[in-house]
Amino acid sequence: MSSSIDEIQDQIIAEFQLFDQWIEKYEYIIELGKNLSGLDDRYMRDENLVPGCQSRVWLHAELKSGKAVYVADSDAIITKGIIALLIRVLSEQPPESVHDAELYFIDRIGLKNHLSSTRSNGLVSMINKMRTVARELAEAD
Amino acid sequence: MNLSIQPDLSGKAASFREFDVEKIRSDFPVLHREVNGSPLVYLDNGASSQKPRRVIDRMTRYYEHEHANIHRGVHHLSQRATDAYEQVREASCNYLNAASSREILFTRGTTESINLVACSWGRHFLKEGDEIIISTMEHHSNIVPWQMICEERGAKLKVIPISKAGELDMEAFQNLLNERTRLVSVVHVSNALGTINPVKEIIKLAHQYDALVLLDGAQALPHMKVDMRALDVDFYAFSAHKMLGPTGLGILYGKESLLDSMPPYQGGGEMIERVTFEKTTYNELPFKFEAGTPNIADTIAFGAALEYYDEFDQSELIAHEQDLLDYTSQRLSQVDGVEFVGTAGNKAGVMSFNLKDVHPFDVGTILDQMGIAVRTGHHCTQPLMDFYGIVGTVRASFAFYNNQTDVDALIGGVEKASAILL
Repeated sequence: MSSSIDEIQDQIIAEFQLFDQWIEKYEYIIELGKNLSGLDDRYMRDENLVPGCQSRVWLHAELKSGKAVYVADSDAIITKGIIALLIRVLSEQPPESVHDAELYFIDRIGLKNHLSSTRSNGLVSMINKMRTVARELAEAD
Repeated sequence: MNLSIQPDLSGKAASFREFDVEKIRSDFPVLHREVNGSPLVYLDNGASSQKPRRVIDRMTRYYEHEHANIHRGVHHLSQRATDAYEQVREASCNYLNAASSREILFTRGTTESINLVACSWGRHFLKEGDEIIISTMEHHSNIVPWQMICEERGAKLKVIPISKAGELDMEAFQNLLNERTRLVSVVHVSNALGTINPVKEIIKLAHQYDALVLLDGAQALPHMKVDMRALDVDFYAFSAHKMLGPTGLGILYGKESLLDSMPPYQGGGEMIERVTFEKTTYNELPFKFEAGTPNIADTIAFGAALEYYDEFDQSELIAHEQDLLDYTSQRLSQVDGVEFVGTAGNKAGVMSFNLKDVHPFDVGTILDQMGIAVRTGHHCTQPLMDFYGIVGTVRASFAFYNNQTDVDALIGGVEKASAILL
């Protein structure tokens, strides 16, 4: 059986506890960003673009075997690394779980400032869109 | 305080405070805090400058001892607050060498100053087929108000092209000027590139066609003193918060004859002479353009900022900032992957760059972790970023209280970002 959203969040928190220095944490996030396979050209469309002033985020979602599956990309590598974490937590979960999930791991791994409105990096909009799309997928199912 | 005696331009002896950057830094409380465990390195002065203790104290003193609404009350406090507020108008007039304090309008900021001219002057004087000239390097606040008024009045917006170095194409500018040109509105110092534009020449050329000139001076005044009468500029807009003053206050300088000919921009209290339901007559300058209770506390505190600037020999502040820019440019050019954006020969206060193939947001995030505050993004100049084919830049912007330690920290940060991100 696959892990639940909270189990994955707890795993990520445990992994990040291994980092003593901010630089190790960011090197890891950048690595995650580099390893996240980008979106196919067919998904890099304006309707998949999540508004953000500083860096842009593209998100595509579909329902596969009752699970919400997300693929996403960004033009900034740190944003992309955080996207990789969000996908790890929320993708391939039941849409209603995604919609109701409380995302506490971001704060616990010290990335809360990335979700502040001044960052304008599209992450908050991305999370909101992941939730909205999950509800739409659940309703369409 | 060390005072040295130096002659000013008028030949009179003037006393200036000695330029000692470390002593200056001690006047700015926020410069002594830490961010993310490191001493703050504040290189986002183009967005907003920090405030010296006396500006903060002046605002506090006003609220603690002097606050009342102005221009109306007969009581002691109201008169005292009115005097303090109007003294800053006088001080601004002197600082800018305007002909009269009636030429100094208080606004919310540069953006509102430009919108005031676009709405009041534009709506009253622009006709179909008239032309307004701006440039490729304008801030959105010097683009959008003109687009809006041009659309409304059927006027045309023309754009001066620039070179790759980030300098206006003056030949192209001359070719754009014609008898239909009503106004030229350009930036004095570019917020994204730091280019100092040849504004004297622009004004001279525009006036040959009887076109007016508005200068967006938001990034100029923090780095140089600007003489309105010597420039012969028609409108000059800037913000207090970028030059040691509080947020929420801007100034629009306008030649008195022009401001007199323009209708009010907003209606309300303060701006009227007499109101009846049949007809309202308007107050005289500058009050005609200042409807409602103004930003009293911030204006009075801005007076303390102007006093602070005036303690120094401005040429020493300029020379110090130029040294910092030169040093930054020389050090940054040695960092792997650095590409400069804007390499004009004549620059002030701004160093814009990118790491090759790296998003500026990523560089800014790494620098922030090290307590280094820079601006990343398009700097509200999207057409300029489009011209360079980039999404944005990393912008380090300086004030005279920055020192070599700040630059060294920036270089260390960019080297680290380069090592992690490239």
